[in-house]
Amino acid sequence: MPTSDVQFSWNLVFDVQQLFTYHFMQNAFLAGMLIALIAGSVGYFMVLRSQSFAGHTMAQVGFAGASGALLFGGSPVVGLLVSCIAAALGIGLLGGRSSQTSWVHGIAIGTIQTFSMGLGILFLQLSHSYTENVYAILFGAVLGISDQDVQLVVLTTFVTLAGLIVIARPLLFASIDPDVADARGVPVRLLDYAFLILLAFAVAQSVQVVGVLLIFGLLVTPSAIAQQVTCRPGIAVGLSIFLALFFTWVGLAVAYFTPYPVGFFITGLAFGTYILVRLFRVGRTMFVRRRWFQRQRVFG
Amino acid sequence: MTHNSMGFDPVMPPLDVARNSLGLQNVIQFEHVGVQRGGRVLWSDVQLTVGRGEFIAILGPNGAGKSTLLKAILGLLPLSEGRLNVLGKPVRRGNPAVGYLPQRRTFGTDVHVQGRELVRLGLEGTRWGVPLPVLRRLWGGGRLAREERRRVQQAIEMVGATAYANRPIGTLSGGEQQRLLIAQALVTRPRILLLDEPLDSLDLYNQQAVSALIRHISQEYQITVLLVAHDVNPLLPYLDRVLYIGRGQIAIGTPESVINSETLSHLYDSPIDVLRTQDGRLIVVGQPESVTYHPHLNHRGH
Repeated sequence: MPTSDVQFSWNLVFDVQQLFTYHFMQNAFLAGMLIALIAGSVGYFMVLRSQSFAGHTMAQVGFAGASGALLFGGSPVVGLLVSCIAAALGIGLLGGRSSQTSWVHGIAIGTIQTFSMGLGILFLQLSHSYTENVYAILFGAVLGISDQDVQLVVLTTFVTLAGLIVIARPLLFASIDPDVADARGVPVRLLDYAFLILLAFAVAQSVQVVGVLLIFGLLVTPSAIAQQVTCRPGIAVGLSIFLALFFTWVGLAVAYFTPYPVGFFITGLAFGTYILVRLFRVGRTMFVRRRWFQRQRVFG
Repeated sequence: MTHNSMGFDPVMPPLDVARNSLGLQNVIQFEHVGVQRGGRVLWSDVQLTVGRGEFIAILGPNGAGKSTLLKAILGLLPLSEGRLNVLGKPVRRGNPAVGYLPQRRTFGTDVHVQGRELVRLGLEGTRWGVPLPVLRRLWGGGRLAREERRRVQQAIEMVGATAYANRPIGTLSGGEQQRLLIAQALVTRPRILLLDEPLDSLDLYNQQAVSALIRHISQEYQITVLLVAHDVNPLLPYLDRVLYIGRGQIAIGTPESVINSETLSHLYDSPIDVLRTQDGRLIVVGQPESVTYHPHLNHRGH
């Protein structure tokens, strides 16, 4: 937890030294970096495929999984991962992409979502560790990441990133243009499942930093901003990763020198950047339109 | 494969046609082909040979199996009978020599992807893995990448979409999107282009412009085009042949020989009138709306 004996000074070198004094902060920066890498890249495809709902569902089912693991004496991180993958397969069976999923499926998924939250609360109460763990799972506990968790994060990052690199181009094709991709021999349905599994990994990782409730801060907002800025997929993925990394690291650093939670700073930075980009775009559109009108007046 | 020069050479030399081992007349060959969907026979015993560089419109009422005909050529459907050869070989899915444009695709404003990327996906979207720029240069792949960028640019120029190819696809008009989608279908340098109602969402001006563009591409690069259409009129000046589907049968020939009262009445086994307006447009009266049932015909001819 952030300690009150550290003070921010204007000597930035000293500040950075302070940041990395404690082992838990080293772990937090390392895990945060890996998770930002995954959240930024997988999040790009999630936003492109309008599957945010699926991501959110996985996070909430993951809540039940993590608290269930606590109750039965397992690792909550493993419980989180397993239940996220189970949710991914379930969503895949129900119809895959949310844009193609009917309203009825939406309701079915929503019902499962809320029930798994309820189940999670029950598990936590039964395991007699209610408040502390609820807080950690719902709002993230990046400062409490153990060495063992970091090892798991390294492993899942490697697997997810390798998987994404292998399927990236056919996945982009199948996401934008499924009919033509199918006709060209791209296994569209298989990619639906493969992506949901990758998303499960990304969700399970992001929950560790920002928790079930703040997950959009890492998975959605950076890639949504990137898609506002550029329409070239390669650059957008890079920018999305950069933003996720920036929000996580700056959030961690600011939280270290203040008594306030990391989750607030990460989501706050994401929100602020999103608003700025939207305002900039609106302003530019108005500027372009006004110039157009002026030109009309000159030549008209 | 001798033929692959769809680049920017002027009209293809006739020599190349003669050298082509496939000859002129069997780019697509149906031999007694039939297709069923959901236990219902859509069409059967279809005999058809399509030649190189031909531009054919596929017409017929809703549900007659027009799109299914394209899907059969794409290898997306099992045939219930007969043999179907594409470029001299049995039909197979994912053949890069066949370009495809499915029905009614428009991209919403939320698709923040460049038009050029969409075209590029036609070329690269079927490849696994992502080339890392640094490694690619080491392995001499930089030349390949440049060559592919050039091909994408060529396809964009072919459809006249250079001015807006770098804008997000979702912000473009229906006609602009349609041109980029045709570019995407062209980027693999296909020898066959299958277009499913490409004129459907366009205004009259763009219907004519896109029809002329397709004719130009098919003649200039000797690409065989099969195009499903609702209305034959914008296409009439450009077509080589029309293919009418009705009652599980097909009729094929020049527009004049097929779109007339005699042939269509015979095909549908019910009285059908074809009227020709003063400006040369054809109006088919009495065509049944669907082959799945036999409606009481509202015959309003004179």
